[in-house]
Amino acid sequence: MSSVRALVAGHGTFAAGMLSAVEQITGRTDLFLGVTNHDLSAADVEALMRERLDSSGATVIFTDLPAGSCTMAARRIQRERPDLAVVTGVNLATLLDFAFHDDAGDVHAVEHAADKGRASLVVTGGPRGA
Amino acid sequence: MALELYRIDDRLIHGQVVVGWGQPLDLGFIVLVDDEVASSDWEQELYRMGVPPDMDVYFDGVEAAATNLERYQDDDRRGLLLTGDIDTMTRLVDSSDAIRRVNVGGIHHRPGRTQRLRYVFLSPSEEEQLRALAGRNIEVTAQDVPAARPVPLDELLAGNGS
Repeated sequence: MSSVRALVAGHGTFAAGMLSAVEQITGRTDLFLGVTNHDLSAADVEALMRERLDSSGATVIFTDLPAGSCTMAARRIQRERPDLAVVTGVNLATLLDFAFHDDAGDVHAVEHAADKGRASLVVTGGPRGA
Repeated sequence: MALELYRIDDRLIHGQVVVGWGQPLDLGFIVLVDDEVASSDWEQELYRMGVPPDMDVYFDGVEAAATNLERYQDDDRRGLLLTGDIDTMTRLVDSSDAIRRVNVGGIHHRPGRTQRLRYVFLSPSEEEQLRALAGRNIEVTAQDVPAARPVPLDELLAGNGS
């Protein structure tokens, strides 16, 4: 059975970059499958995602941008598959946390990972710190 | 302020529109013209979820959009009007003289279409529709994002996908 637990989908090489970073930190290349919307129609993005979901058994989709066509496609699929979790605005901290929490089921892991991702956004310095 | 851009994009509302154009144009609203979306609450909710709370989205069929166009033009905020295909934009142009420029922002691969730019694929009838728009003194250019060069129609139609 596939060990893939989630798709990572976004613009350009966003997914490839994220997966490269996950590999560098965890050594794991088997947890995520990447999807890019680059030069694809909305229908083709959705078809690609369905194919990746079906071939891998993944139950979670992480996307880069709330308005992005990957997010739109994921939400269309989610309409038919309510058990599918979609997380928008993913960052590296989110993926790493998800990667390290596979013992309590992906629904719990995805909530935990989203919390970690939100908490990782921190501003230091800048005009307010001056 | 009025409508800054009349765009044909088969992804409708997506990152390039909301962020790529939305930020530099300081968009206050988007008019999504599509008969199918205009008749589906679920589709409208889907697209609305992708848009920041300070940006309004209006969903019109072609007929309603033609009626409302003057009001959108008079809006104090900047707006972008969006159709998912050339046919819908042509029908809108048929109903209003307000549209003087059309932006081809993204028409992707489908059987029967030839690739003209990286992000534009056109069938012979779609090319004819674009020529017809230009023949009505409408400036038709292709441009996916604001930082890209607007590609004139003649150059677009002579393109080979590069």
